[in-house]
Amino acid sequence: MANEIENSKQARLIDDNLKRVYQDMISEDIPDRFLNLLDQLKAQDGGAASEEKAEQGEQK
Amino acid sequence: MSADPREELVTHIPALRAFALSLTRNGSLADDMVQDTLVKGWTKIDSFQAGTNMRAWLFTILRNTYYSNRRKAGREVSDVDGVMTNSLSEKPAHDGRLQMKDFRVAFEQLNDEQREALILVGASGFSYEEAAEMCGVAVGTIKSRTNRGRARLAEIMGLNEHEALEMTDSATMAVVSARSA
Repeated sequence: MANEIENSKQARLIDDNLKRVYQDMISEDIPDRFLNLLDQLKAQDGGAASEEKAEQGEQK
Repeated sequence: MSADPREELVTHIPALRAFALSLTRNGSLADDMVQDTLVKGWTKIDSFQAGTNMRAWLFTILRNTYYSNRRKAGREVSDVDGVMTNSLSEKPAHDGRLQMKDFRVAFEQLNDEQREALILVGASGFSYEEAAEMCGVAVGTIKSRTNRGRARLAEIMGLNEHEALEMTDSATMAVVSARSA
């Protein structure tokens, strides 16, 4: 019984620290490569008129 | 009418990177997986059901990619590059928190399934049920992976019960006071 309580406190401690590690990771800025990628995907979907733009993006 | 769901993809990039890094423990590999996931998410958006959790959907794509690569490689991807532990500044644990660097080092030693369960349930706030669905396993399996992962972390960190009690109290108070502030 006492062990269970201590285990659950330990679990909460671990989870608090996991959340901290996770928060640190997700607070990093989004690298340009991903924003550029989404722009390229959007441009490709835009049809022929946007194709040139997408190709230029890929050559970077 | 409703906006293109693909516009929402960008908002999930930080969480995808964190999840990928937790799985691979390798910065460049993680970002390649995120790139792959974004392309798949964009091109397969028709299979996303509007109104459901897009983050869960994207995490599922990412983890499927990871495990399929792992199967091809025939081993756990083990090119751990220390990016999880080295790139982040170390904050002093004066208030009784666990030393974050030690904690990350310990976390990296868990097996894939335990790291995944802990990040989904312990850190990202998915329910056991959601995590089970994303991983394609029973709810009990996710619970047991989570519990074993926590126990293993405690063991590696050398947490004894007394320390755990003290640190939990101060960590909890820090969380509570941060929330009420």
